[in-house]
Amino acid sequence: MNSSEVLIRARGLTKRFNGLTAVDHIDFEVYKGECVGFLGPNGAGKTTTVRMIYCFLPVSEGELTVAGLNVSTEARAIKGMIGVSPQDDNLDPDFTVTKNLQVYARYFDVPKEKAAQRAGELLKFFSLGEKKDASIYQLSGGMKRRLIMARALINEPRILLLDEPTTGLDPQGRHLVWDEIRNLRKQGVTIILTTHYMDEAAALCDRILIVDNGKIIQTGVPHELIKQFAGEDVLEVDYDEAMVKQLKAELPDAEVEVFGDQVRVFAKEHGIFEQVIKKFPDKTMTIRNANLEDVFLKLTGRKLRE
Amino acid sequence: MTGLLPKLTYRVWLVWRRNFEVFTKTLFVNFLPALMEPILYLAAFGVGLGALITGTVNGGTYIQFIGPSLIAIAVMYGSFFECTYASFVRMYYQKTFDAIIATPVSVEEVIAGELLWGASRAAINGTIVLAVVAAFGLVSSPWALLVPVVAFFGGLLFASLAMCFTALASTIDFFNFPTFLFITPMFLLSGTFFPLQLLHSPVLEGAALSVMPLTHVVDLMRGLMSGSMQSFLGLTPTTMWVLAVGWIAGVTLLFFVLAIHLMKRKLIK
Repeated sequence: MNSSEVLIRARGLTKRFNGLTAVDHIDFEVYKGECVGFLGPNGAGKTTTVRMIYCFLPVSEGELTVAGLNVSTEARAIKGMIGVSPQDDNLDPDFTVTKNLQVYARYFDVPKEKAAQRAGELLKFFSLGEKKDASIYQLSGGMKRRLIMARALINEPRILLLDEPTTGLDPQGRHLVWDEIRNLRKQGVTIILTTHYMDEAAALCDRILIVDNGKIIQTGVPHELIKQFAGEDVLEVDYDEAMVKQLKAELPDAEVEVFGDQVRVFAKEHGIFEQVIKKFPDKTMTIRNANLEDVFLKLTGRKLRE
Repeated sequence: MTGLLPKLTYRVWLVWRRNFEVFTKTLFVNFLPALMEPILYLAAFGVGLGALITGTVNGGTYIQFIGPSLIAIAVMYGSFFECTYASFVRMYYQKTFDAIIATPVSVEEVIAGELLWGASRAAINGTIVLAVVAAFGLVSSPWALLVPVVAFFGGLLFASLAMCFTALASTIDFFNFPTFLFITPMFLLSGTFFPLQLLHSPVLEGAALSVMPLTHVVDLMRGLMSGSMQSFLGLTPTTMWVLAVGWIAGVTLLFFVLAIHLMKRKLIK
């Protein structure tokens, strides 16, 4: 967070579709220069929230402002200062890679020469220079993703919205996109990204909002959330009913939770893990760093619905 | 009334230009059918079938009668297919509309741009057919220079009707209905291949004039190319001009606005 200037503010923001409440009275702020992640399972309301920010979906109830402008009345001005990388591939298959950027620039009234120059720079930045004259059909999934991000930057937006920027990418493609997001953050672009990947949110975001069932259930800095809700480390062991009972009775300081066929032990002190290992020497156990997934599972009490 | 009419800016032309640029990229593919079709029709129906028709049709030969019809038909098909199948592909499969709506261009402007492009395609196709028909020596009035203008506005009418169907379509197969129940009957029965007076039924003539937009476009094209308007139902040629122009203008405005409202409702949930 470089400054405390609020760029996006939501108060009681709600979206209903035919009786279904997709976003349910949420409040949040996004400050200038930060990278905020909306983290949650499919159907949590992440995409719906993002779509209201770029004025694609009308707000059902509550208030949403971008740079002090109301989304319901100032859509044109807001859309001009935002870059959107949507979840679906909506590149224009009727045009080449470069032409996609140039035609898109025209919708923002970017002058022709400036658009051509900027398209060239962006293609270089996203390692697509060699593909500049290629057809969209010739691009891999990762290249398309990067081109969509390049397109989102053609109007030099103050705010960049990335809706699941890495879904469906292979690990290599994912890391390329991550590097580029980090680069943009360094340049001072305010970024909102949605993801259902915990590691992605932890790696990229200054702050995350954990969303479930249309509500924000927790907000914070990734490593602090992990420390607060899951501690430093987690012990994992295969489920065993007798063992769970014994652990709960004999180690009241440990938190024992069952997730499907697995038992996870959360503890503030490392000594507790040693006691668990001593008590059950025959069991195979793993101790690993706690992560956002643990936080999520503890907060929602159930598995991700992916 | 101000709430009913969509707010449109110059950005409509940005959408139009996108489609125009795609069109010019595949110019040859777009021009060839538009050029070949009227030649085939004139050969089969004008030269071939026309040879069997010994009497005069509306005071001329049969090939003279169908020349203007072919322009009107090209106008109808050009704009109707552009704003049904082609617009549906852009909207549903390519998600082009979604991409544009994320920019300062509004959904109303996207649809208006599509409609004006549909009208432009009609004008382009109509002009190509006009050239073919002229090459067959079937133009006898300088008023024919106005054919592209009528083609544009007639095209805007069919584009607007087409876009209403696109707003109602949940799959691309849906377009079989309007194509076979609306477009094909018009193609055959709008005074295109035989004069409507031959029906000897004022009711059927009146029905054709009131529910089949192509009838008016055919009448106008025939009037412009021959220099005189045909009369129906005892109406004077002047009344016929006013009726055709007025009918097209009124219905176009109605469906232009309706198409934008229906599409907005479809795209913005």
